Amino acid sequence: MISTLRRLIDIAGMPWWRVATSVALGALAVGFGVALITTAGYLISRAAEQPPILALTVTIVLVRFFALARPVTRYVERLASHDLALRALGRIRAGFYQRIEPLAPAQLQGFRDGDLLNRMVGDVDALQGLYLRGIAPPIIALTVSAAAVVAIALVAAWAALILAVGLLIAGIAIPVLGARITAAAGERQAAGRGDLTAEFVELLRGAPELVAYGRESATLDRVDRLDEELSQLGRKDANAAGLADALSIFVAGATTVGVLALAVDAHHSGVLDRVMIATLALLALASFDAVVTLPAAARELSLTLASGRRVLGPSGDDSAVQDPLSPIAPPSRAPTVVLESVTVRYGPDQAPALSNFNLTLRPGQRVGLVGPSGAGKTTVTNLLLRFLDPSAGRITVDGHELSSYRQHDVREVFALAGQEAHIFNSSIRENLLIAEPKASDQSLTEVLELARLGPWLDQLPDGLDTLVGEGGGRLSGGQRQRLVLARALLADAPILILDEPTAHLDPLTAQALMNDLLDIADKRTVLLITHRPEGLDRMDEIVVCNGGD
Amino acid sequence: MRVLDPRLMRRARAARVAIGLDAVIGVVAALLILSQAVLIATIAARAFDGESLSDLMLALVVLVAVVIARAGSAWGFEVVGRRAAIGVLSELRRDVVRSRLRDSHAASLDSAESAEIATAAVAGVDALEVTFARYLPQVVLALVVPLAVLILVAVIDPLSAIIMLVTLPLVPVFMWLLGRHTERVTRDRWRSMALLATHFLDVVRGLPTLRAFNRGEAQVERIAAVSEEYRVAVMRTLRVAFLSGSILEFAATLGIALVAVTIGVRLVDGEIAFASALTVLLLAPELYLPLRNVAAQFHASSEGQAVAERLLDLLDQSDPDSPLDNANLEVRAGALTVPDPRKASVRLEGVSFTYPTRDLAVLNRLDLELSARETVALVGPSGGGKSTLAALLLGFAKPTEGRLTVGGVDIANCDRSAWRAQIAWVPQKPTLFRASVADNIRLGDDSADDSSVRAAAVLAGADGFIDDLPDGYETVVGDGARPVSAGQRRRIALARAFLRDASLVILDEPTADLDESNAELVGEAIERLCEGRTVLMIAHRPELAARADRIVVLDAGRITQDSRRTP
Repeated sequence: MISTLRRLIDIAGMPWWRVATSVALGALAVGFGVALITTAGYLISRAAEQPPILALTVTIVLVRFFALARPVTRYVERLASHDLALRALGRIRAGFYQRIEPLAPAQLQGFRDGDLLNRMVGDVDALQGLYLRGIAPPIIALTVSAAAVVAIALVAAWAALILAVGLLIAGIAIPVLGARITAAAGERQAAGRGDLTAEFVELLRGAPELVAYGRESATLDRVDRLDEELSQLGRKDANAAGLADALSIFVAGATTVGVLALAVDAHHSGVLDRVMIATLALLALASFDAVVTLPAAARELSLTLASGRRVLGPSGDDSAVQDPLSPIAPPSRAPTVVLESVTVRYGPDQAPALSNFNLTLRPGQRVGLVGPSGAGKTTVTNLLLRFLDPSAGRITVDGHELSSYRQHDVREVFALAGQEAHIFNSSIRENLLIAEPKASDQSLTEVLELARLGPWLDQLPDGLDTLVGEGGGRLSGGQRQRLVLARALLADAPILILDEPTAHLDPLTAQALMNDLLDIADKRTVLLITHRPEGLDRMDEIVVCNGGD
Repeated sequence: MRVLDPRLMRRARAARVAIGLDAVIGVVAALLILSQAVLIATIAARAFDGESLSDLMLALVVLVAVVIARAGSAWGFEVVGRRAAIGVLSELRRDVVRSRLRDSHAASLDSAESAEIATAAVAGVDALEVTFARYLPQVVLALVVPLAVLILVAVIDPLSAIIMLVTLPLVPVFMWLLGRHTERVTRDRWRSMALLATHFLDVVRGLPTLRAFNRGEAQVERIAAVSEEYRVAVMRTLRVAFLSGSILEFAATLGIALVAVTIGVRLVDGEIAFASALTVLLLAPELYLPLRNVAAQFHASSEGQAVAERLLDLLDQSDPDSPLDNANLEVRAGALTVPDPRKASVRLEGVSFTYPTRDLAVLNRLDLELSARETVALVGPSGGGKSTLAALLLGFAKPTEGRLTVGGVDIANCDRSAWRAQIAWVPQKPTLFRASVADNIRLGDDSADDSSVRAAAVLAGADGFIDDLPDGYETVVGDGARPVSAGQRRRIALARAFLRDASLVILDEPTADLDESNAELVGEAIERLCEGRTVLMIAHRPELAARADRIVVLDAGRITQDSRRTP
């Protein structure tokens, strides 16, 4: 737990002086609150002895000071701590990205499907609570509690001991116990929630079929049952949480009574000034304000640490692909690429995704790579871009091993366009600039025209600044693929890889797009990966990919 | 400041008793705190006057009893409040499910949306727990407790009560800041935070593309820059947003200081008794505490309420008068028996359909007859109304104009479930539910025995691959379980249709996105399915349409071509 915490703090890159300032402000804010009640109690007790009013001046000034200082310090502290948390979030995001970047895409395959990726990104965001609710509260509580105990110890040692025990129970035992109970309940609830959510997703997706096949009431019964299970867990959890609340209140109350009783006795036996009786009772009562946030903090911290462990999971150091120590010069502008009896296995006990595969790409040649789905066609792309190294066999560019070049130089050789290409939720311009950040608007317009998007672009009111929506959702299937192609053209690489460029398109659109694609590709080397017949007639050579067989 | 969405308030009515009880417990707890203050002050004052521990024993025992009672009421407050909340949340979730199953908005729902609704309905609804378990009872406390404190202080020392009232004008200022400013600001902030999270997710998703273009590393700076911009913007809003809390806190500390200093001076002059003075001081912090708690819960609660609003909007959409809702078409007395489409033709007579949210008609006075045992391929560009036509036949929606008849009987006058029992439907993306393959096929007929399930699978050409699965027909498929290919999924869906042995079969693009060999397998299964049944098949691929007796082209809601295949 400590090592996770340390690594997270490391990644968050919070400078010690910012943390120290923020914690100090927090401790002062809580401390001023305790001091306000205590000095007010002292003021009244002392005043009851009817001294000359001048004797009270200092105390009155102190009371006024604490009353003003408390809200002001608290305000400044909240700003400082949120600022710190937001800065940390930015660093954690960038750090997380840096760690997983070398793993994409081959080693992130497992994360791409389903909501795993969503969850990881959610975990990163959850880490912003690390300082605010995880780190700061215990330090602040400890500082203020220690100060309160020392203050009491100066006048009554036994009372200080009782307060110390009370604060320890309320500040450590109850939060830890509470966190453990809620963690157990939370885990059960999380499982129940997961089941119910999965059931809901399925139900909502399959609703038309369930209705069509007359299964409404059976489905409702099943959801009701899961819902009832979840509700029962919730009720149990409420019992446990209620018990923790009750214990906290009891401990605070009992400690105050204890301190009060000791003070009464100490005064009676003549070792304590009577002015201190009420003062000590009020100090004991108020000092529990310091630990009141801890049960919630403990819960939060265990949740945040769980997120933290998931975020720390994948690391770029584990990347399967590394740059050579002394890379050779980049490949030529018209390279020849050869794959010789290449075999790829994703795991030692898994069937090979690609076995004894041969492929040669000569400058200007057009090669079609065909085969049924799941036959390892995408694996070939991953090999060429060196997202993945073969388990056996050789890949060479211009006669040199692929792994003797810098990864950067290898990727300059290829431009990838295809069904898997991501369209960013941004403008047309931003999506194109990924291929060539320094490209002028004119060259952007040119590649769009080459991709036969010219007329469409002309009638867009926002032109290149038109937003394309999540995953290019505001474009039609054909427009998406053409935009992806325009981007690949802008990269101006010697070899163009077209990975299923006509997937999800109706046959007429697909045929038109394929013809355009091959016209535009011009003198570039083309590798067309497909399971459909369109465009294959215009290939110089067709290679069949049959996966592991 | 709006306390609660009125629609949520209506839902809370079901749990009114529990929430009321919770508030009563809260008030009792508050009264106990007041007694605790009075007791501590009394004990300290009597000790001040020289009484010994044994003189004060009775008072101390009562104080311990009060502390125990407080602990008990805290437990009750939590348990009763959460139970009430859980009841309300469960009901809300069930309503969402019911409305989704009842109304066929479902037919046009895309999968991203369904994931979002599911999360809102489960995780989001739990965020509402704060509203019902904490926030609402706390609002009641905030109204009752300050009043009780003021009355008690007024009885003990009227002057202090007046002094405490002096700080009260700060409260409206606080309310104004909290309501007018913070609510909007927090909402904007959450929205921009969601946007930022989406941006980050988008970048992570696009990593393979970025790396392919050697742009992977450059994004680090961009992520840092965007986060920094966001931080600056958020800090600007927080500077104002935190003011409301600070003002309330200032009111509280100011009240304590004013009371302490004035009664201190009056004590010196002998105008007030020590016990009274101490009691008033102990009561002073309680005046603002409930209000501060409301403020703390308000932010947590508004998050949950935003989710609730989304769900309530969904529930409101299922307006019973909408043509998309079939609630009013459920089984009713005097419903006519539906003729068997194997023996009588299905006719669309002048059918038009317009979605309530769109102006343009999807279907426009369409006339179409499906003769008994005929296979009709429906082709045409996307958006031409093909899927809408299928939805009308299935009774997911009723035509805005015209009627649908079987053997001359309007199906609007028939029992809906009896009509659907005659239909087998294979949608474009069939859903595999998280269950065994056999149970997935049994969606077609839940009373079917194993041998009929197997027979249906054989007819659908699915038997071979099912036997190859690790547990055969008992292999669990669906989300998160054993993955199956698109072609296998289609064949399982076709097995459902075989098992149902329906008279009318509706197929929506059954071979879309399949490779040649899979398309061929599915095509053969379809041919077997068509035998002796009336079939409406939405088709893109020419080789699939070629299997039909008739090809109908639907474009922009009208039939533009209707040709019988020459044998």
